[in-house]
Amino acid sequence: MSTQSEHQPATSAANGASADGSVGQPVRVVDAPLAAPFSSAGLVDVFRRRYLLRLLVRKEISARYQGSLLGLLWSYVQPLVRFCMYFFVIGLVLGLHKNVPNFAIHMFSALVAVHYFTETFSNGTRSIVRNRSLVRKMAMPREMFPVSSCIVSAINSFPQLLILFVACVAVGWSPDAEAILAGILGIAIVTVLGVALALLFSAMNVFFRDFQNIVATFQLFTHWIVPMIYPYSKLAESSLGSGWFYYLYMSNPLTVAVLLVERCFWVPTALGQGTDPKIPADQSQVGFPVMPDHLMSLGWFMLFASLVILVLCQLAFRRLEGKFAERL
Amino acid sequence: MSNDSIVVDGVTKNFTLRYHRTIKQITIAALRRQQISDTFPAVDDVTFSVEQGESVGLMGLNGSGKSTLLKLINGVMRPDAGKVQTRGRIAGLIATGAGFHPQLTGRENVFLNAAILGMSEAETNRKFDQIVEFADIGRFLETPVGHYSSGMFSRLGFAVAVHTESDIFLIDEVLAVGDRPFKKKCMARMEEIRKEGRTMFYVSHAAASVRKMCERVLVLEKGRLVFDGDVDEGIRYLQYDDDDNESVEEEDLDEELGADI
Repeated sequence: MSTQSEHQPATSAANGASADGSVGQPVRVVDAPLAAPFSSAGLVDVFRRRYLLRLLVRKEISARYQGSLLGLLWSYVQPLVRFCMYFFVIGLVLGLHKNVPNFAIHMFSALVAVHYFTETFSNGTRSIVRNRSLVRKMAMPREMFPVSSCIVSAINSFPQLLILFVACVAVGWSPDAEAILAGILGIAIVTVLGVALALLFSAMNVFFRDFQNIVATFQLFTHWIVPMIYPYSKLAESSLGSGWFYYLYMSNPLTVAVLLVERCFWVPTALGQGTDPKIPADQSQVGFPVMPDHLMSLGWFMLFASLVILVLCQLAFRRLEGKFAERL
Repeated sequence: MSNDSIVVDGVTKNFTLRYHRTIKQITIAALRRQQISDTFPAVDDVTFSVEQGESVGLMGLNGSGKSTLLKLINGVMRPDAGKVQTRGRIAGLIATGAGFHPQLTGRENVFLNAAILGMSEAETNRKFDQIVEFADIGRFLETPVGHYSSGMFSRLGFAVAVHTESDIFLIDEVLAVGDRPFKKKCMARMEEIRKEGRTMFYVSHAAASVRKMCERVLVLEKGRLVFDGDVDEGIRYLQYDDDDNESVEEEDLDEELGADI
């Protein structure tokens, strides 16, 4: 049993003098067992102590935009600018806009997923160092910080999802059951993978602040290694579309997650209302929203893989955590 | 045996000093065959146990490992060797100040800090007024604690720690920055805590306050436990009693705590 959990104090102060030694003082009998001063079950404890998690999330939201006039609005400016820029260059200048039906939806649905991921990853990576005043002095499950970063990112991403939803409905979105499931699966993969990487990198960042720069560098190409500004079909048709590169590309859980989210939002709109998205006859047609075969099973596999990665990252975190207090 | 509150068994904690920060510096140092890092034991094979309800003073010169030992007991650090075991909930202050987040207001920090110590929302709400009253920082409650004076900072920290339901109470040189009325209030409150039968672990340089508060003294010297026993003997061991001898009677509270730096 964790002695730090919200429990009724397991003590009763029995009045009167005790037999052994202490002069006339009441003896406090503590029921708790003699145990390590603080032992945490890691991520499990994070969700057991939801009240603390809620406070940390609130803290991070207020701290992130402290002293800024636009506040929370800033979390929309960046993705919006990026969206406009990509749409201009990729869609209008390079002309993908014409070949891909509802290209804006394609890009925006992917952008929501990717932005959620990068937010979780980068803020999570810095979370332990940023909260060093707490980490150095208080015994608590440190996994709280990356996880609360993830929740904050989710809160920030939610209105974007809402905008996407409205846009989809406007152009005629009638998702089938598989589309909904694909969307949930995609978001689940992004969440699990984001938390896993945030855990690992936040711990490593304590030892060498280089890691937050490594993450920032990595983010430069996250936008290019997933089918966001180009459709999946472009890659599949290209010279890289077969052979080892293709398998490498598809073994990125983020790629699969983005495809799943596109399957949820973009594919149903691209096919028009009421049409079964898997009509094979149209496959040859230019602009058909091609998705890889067995996308759903691939999605389940990637969710499983991400969970395995999460467990490994958690184990690594536990090992590194022992030295947090002295290295911060 | 079953009455132990804190058991520290052969505990060692090593710290590594790194002399060079970047790869360039490290490479140059390695080429010149200079030492890149140095490991030293901050706490070196320390063994003792504290019984429930005992109040123990931990003394020693600066850098002797007092705060490190406290961090090991509170669970913020893990020992490299040996074992630390405690019974029940731990509250208190480490290294002159609470774990407050500088960007949050006093009010937000009270709730956060209490939650970390394991208090529920209802429990904190119930005690909030007492905490605020004890800290007595007035309108600064709504100001980010980063803007607090060191005195206000430790007042608030002490107020939260002292109102937490705990079985073990750690206290580390917090009285150093408070003003006289506040110190008085703190001493009174600590006396109460002691009377409640909680285990108290008190780090201080002030011989008189240790004498007043504690029934046993541990002395650390360069990470090693060199003395464990009677309060007066411990203070004598440290030679902190030099100027105490002649003025023990008229010593007022100010002097009792004056050396608490």
